[in-house]
Amino acid sequence: MNDMTQTDLGPIAKSVLRREDQRFLTGVGMYTDDVALPGQTYGVFLRSPHAHARIVAIDTAEAAKAPGVIRIFTGADLAEAKVGGLPCGWLIHSKDGSPMKEPPHPVLAQGKVRHVGDQVALVVAESVLQAKDAAELIVVDYEELPAVIEAVDALKPGAPQVHDNAPGNLIYDWEIGDGKAADAAIKKAAHVTRMQIHNNRLIPNAMEPRAALGVYDAAEDHFTCWTTSQNPHVARLVMSAFYNVAPEHKLRVIAPDVGGGFGSKIYIYPEEICCLWASKRAGVPVKWVADRTESFLADAHGRDHVTTVEMAFDKDNKITGLKVDTIANLGAYMSLFSSSVPTYLYATLLSGQYNIANIHCNVRTVYTNTAPVDAYRGAGRPEATYVVERMMETAARELGMSPAELRRKNFVKSFPHQTPVIMCYDAGDYNATLDAALKAADYDGFAKRKSAAAKKGKLRGMGLSCYIEACGIAPSAAVGSLGAGVGLWESAEVRVNPVGTVEILTGSHSHGQGHETTFTQLVSERFGLPTDNVQIIHGDTDKVQFGMGTYGSRSGAVGMSAIVKALDKVEGKAKKIAAHLLEADEGDIVIENGEVKVAGTDKKLGWHEVCLAAYTGHNLPAGMEPGLKEGAFYDPTNFTFPAGTYVCEVEVDPETGKTEVIQFVAADDFGTIINPMIVEGQVHGGITQGLGQALLENAVYDDNGQLLTASYMDYAMPRADDVPSYKLSTHETVCPGNPLGMKGCGEAGAIGSPPALINAITDAIGNNALAMPATPARVWAAING
Amino acid sequence: MYSTNYHRASSLKDAQALFKKAGDGKFVSGGQTLLPTMKQRLAAPSDLIDLRHVKDLKGIKVSGKKVTIGAATTHAEVATNDKIVKVCPAICSLASHIGDPAVRHMGTIGGSIANNDPAADYPAAMMALGATIHTNKRQIAADKFFKGMFETALKDGEIITAVEFSAPKKAAYSKYPNPASRYAMCGVFVADHGKGDVRVAVTGAGNDGVFRHKAMEKALAADWSPEAVASAKVNEGDMLSDIHGNEAYRANLVRVMAKRAVAAAG
Repeated sequence: MNDMTQTDLGPIAKSVLRREDQRFLTGVGMYTDDVALPGQTYGVFLRSPHAHARIVAIDTAEAAKAPGVIRIFTGADLAEAKVGGLPCGWLIHSKDGSPMKEPPHPVLAQGKVRHVGDQVALVVAESVLQAKDAAELIVVDYEELPAVIEAVDALKPGAPQVHDNAPGNLIYDWEIGDGKAADAAIKKAAHVTRMQIHNNRLIPNAMEPRAALGVYDAAEDHFTCWTTSQNPHVARLVMSAFYNVAPEHKLRVIAPDVGGGFGSKIYIYPEEICCLWASKRAGVPVKWVADRTESFLADAHGRDHVTTVEMAFDKDNKITGLKVDTIANLGAYMSLFSSSVPTYLYATLLSGQYNIANIHCNVRTVYTNTAPVDAYRGAGRPEATYVVERMMETAARELGMSPAELRRKNFVKSFPHQTPVIMCYDAGDYNATLDAALKAADYDGFAKRKSAAAKKGKLRGMGLSCYIEACGIAPSAAVGSLGAGVGLWESAEVRVNPVGTVEILTGSHSHGQGHETTFTQLVSERFGLPTDNVQIIHGDTDKVQFGMGTYGSRSGAVGMSAIVKALDKVEGKAKKIAAHLLEADEGDIVIENGEVKVAGTDKKLGWHEVCLAAYTGHNLPAGMEPGLKEGAFYDPTNFTFPAGTYVCEVEVDPETGKTEVIQFVAADDFGTIINPMIVEGQVHGGITQGLGQALLENAVYDDNGQLLTASYMDYAMPRADDVPSYKLSTHETVCPGNPLGMKGCGEAGAIGSPPALINAITDAIGNNALAMPATPARVWAAING
Repeated sequence: MYSTNYHRASSLKDAQALFKKAGDGKFVSGGQTLLPTMKQRLAAPSDLIDLRHVKDLKGIKVSGKKVTIGAATTHAEVATNDKIVKVCPAICSLASHIGDPAVRHMGTIGGSIANNDPAADYPAAMMALGATIHTNKRQIAADKFFKGMFETALKDGEIITAVEFSAPKKAAYSKYPNPASRYAMCGVFVADHGKGDVRVAVTGAGNDGVFRHKAMEKALAADWSPEAVASAKVNEGDMLSDIHGNEAYRANLVRVMAKRAVAAAG
């Protein structure tokens, strides 16, 4: 166990009910589509029906005459107005030193469309239906071009070229680690496990589709953009810096209630910038809300890796080397952070929970005629965990060793631990989570259950996954040196009102995480205030200071750390004021239960009295400014490293190939926990999304680039009856890198669960050749093949 | 959805008159397939004539073995009918597993068989039960009614009024749901009508909609047991193939669901 540097917070680990649920469950939340402004109009995007085509001509004449149509915009209008393209915010260099190939990503197509759903025109009309009707009247003359869909095909000689200036469709050819050392380890090895691994493409499917409402105020020459963003300040920065539409100080971005993101709402998409620009051109507010088909076609997808991997073991079954070669499909265009996902968010986690001296990973990313691919819950880390944990289970089978013991033998046991792929693990106890999971799953009793199942004609299997992930990507200087275009700190402001109530302005953004509850718990405990006296304010660039938003499980470890820093300053000033008023030494002042006391005496003031004194300014220490409001920016010193063990037990029906998940055990180390109920909810959701990837979900394009899974008729989302009741436990080692000791819990479930499921199914059926999603048809074929 | 005119028919006569007047009218009886298709702008009838509230089309009658179900009877009503369950529980069970509760309270038996979706459940029941489809014009045997994917014997403007069948000695329906849509990837309805009259109907799996599996019927007539159909030959060439399962998998499901249906029928 590491030394703790935790602030004394008292007993904050309480399962307080989510205060935001009142409005969500009673249907009075305020989402972007709920905003209704006078004179508001509706935008509908005409999208490409082709995966790859040249636009010969666009004729909008008939459409412009249709009822209710206000304006129609095409790429030509945006080019004329010099509206810029969408940038990728993380610059990756190939191993030869050349920068990644980032051709323009136009807001509306310029001369060519590159995936089905690529946006070609925006129709602004008085109603959605009128806009849709008019969009059908636009005549686009396409010259169809051959399309390329699969990443592996995109690299083949003679493959269709998605962009003229990305030869061979290659975006970058990047590497990390020591290739020679990894090769040498493999050459010397007593055993080498080899696999080909495909990580299936997923579609995020947030409950609330993306939406945007652009508003131009001619009187003030000022823009407002309501949008479904996980990071409104980043949205404002990118929109102002790259599009030539509105400068940062004349643009307000509001991300009100947002119904789920899973990464897909980090990015700046063409639609919001188009609505914003159009609102000035058309002189009316323009609202666009994606329908579900658009979400399937045009939200950034996730995953889609093809990997070849070799893992070397010595005669004692210790891992001596790991060599990974990955091709990642980034779709038709670079999305905001897509370049970082298969590189620094992926390859840096390939050491898993294990002590591996030699690691090398090569990653080639490619353009294809498919929707852009970017971070999706876990972002790179699920892909890495899937590679490492499928390999560990496979190696254990090949070596004739218990999968649990092979892992245990190779665990990192002392901290800090520097891996050969950048990461320095700060704290953890991997044996503790493994032991807890095995016990909860009754690992030792499995053989008996397997034979009982066999008597019923069912195939039972068990699979493990010992995952590690990295959250709270930081520090800013480090990510900057790796190519990030932004810093990854967080900000907070604590405004104490004259009556003692507290407003927290946070740069984090809640879109389902329950920040309004957990952040309130932190403040309420700190000053002994009723939770009703605390308000959390986020998601509006006019109210909140610049912040970096919520993704990568960062709002606890980074966002709450910023709040703690600001609270420290507020507490310091309040104590100074109280000491002055109570004629006591500042060091003797304690704040508890809403009172400010002199320790060891009966002298005290109410919290509200101190706050009021700060604002009347009648009697403050000499030289002190009035008021009680403090801000802080927090930049972490390291990533945080949540880790744990997942055990999955399945029963496969050999006649149909149907998998039933009998039990799923998760033993997680998230560091300090503020609200156990919310953490459980995050793990439930995460595991269920991982189960979706492993068993059900798959984005499938046909050879022509038509998305076959463009609705819930064909894209299988997990439902309640697909999942068992999870058995969860947490085992804390405190993170030394932040004041609260938190690690993050938002993505762990989605990262750790897929390999546990596939390891369990392949164990059950006795065939390791099984790709995700393990649909009944695939499992049946694997049993009978 | 394109704009359309909605009419609630008050009687069969009214429905026919409305249909005649409409430019491109379409009957709707629950609309659980039609409305989503219209919302996606893939169908655009000028007029919708709602049959769900026509009195003559509603209601369930059971007299002895004879079961008559009005065309506008919802799946939920069939699923929970205490008279049908006594003579033919298999069809109640089938109805209780169509879609979700919202679908079951809107969708009707007439709407379902008129649409003849290749993955719908009712067509298999109608064929295996040897049902007669009553329309405002005539009576059609189920075997002649279902003509292939989304095709029926119904003529333009013809309205299903009821379905009628004689309850079999025993019957059961076994369905394997598509993991995404939960429609049948394969559903097999088996019915033993006695005196060697066994019927096996398959939905979801075939490449031309619901069909009867004559070889299985023969095998079961000789030996009513799961084993009798376990190794029956299912022609893979007649099966659907899509991203959820190829022909071989669906052919396997036909055997497995048939086996399970026979076992469930007892």
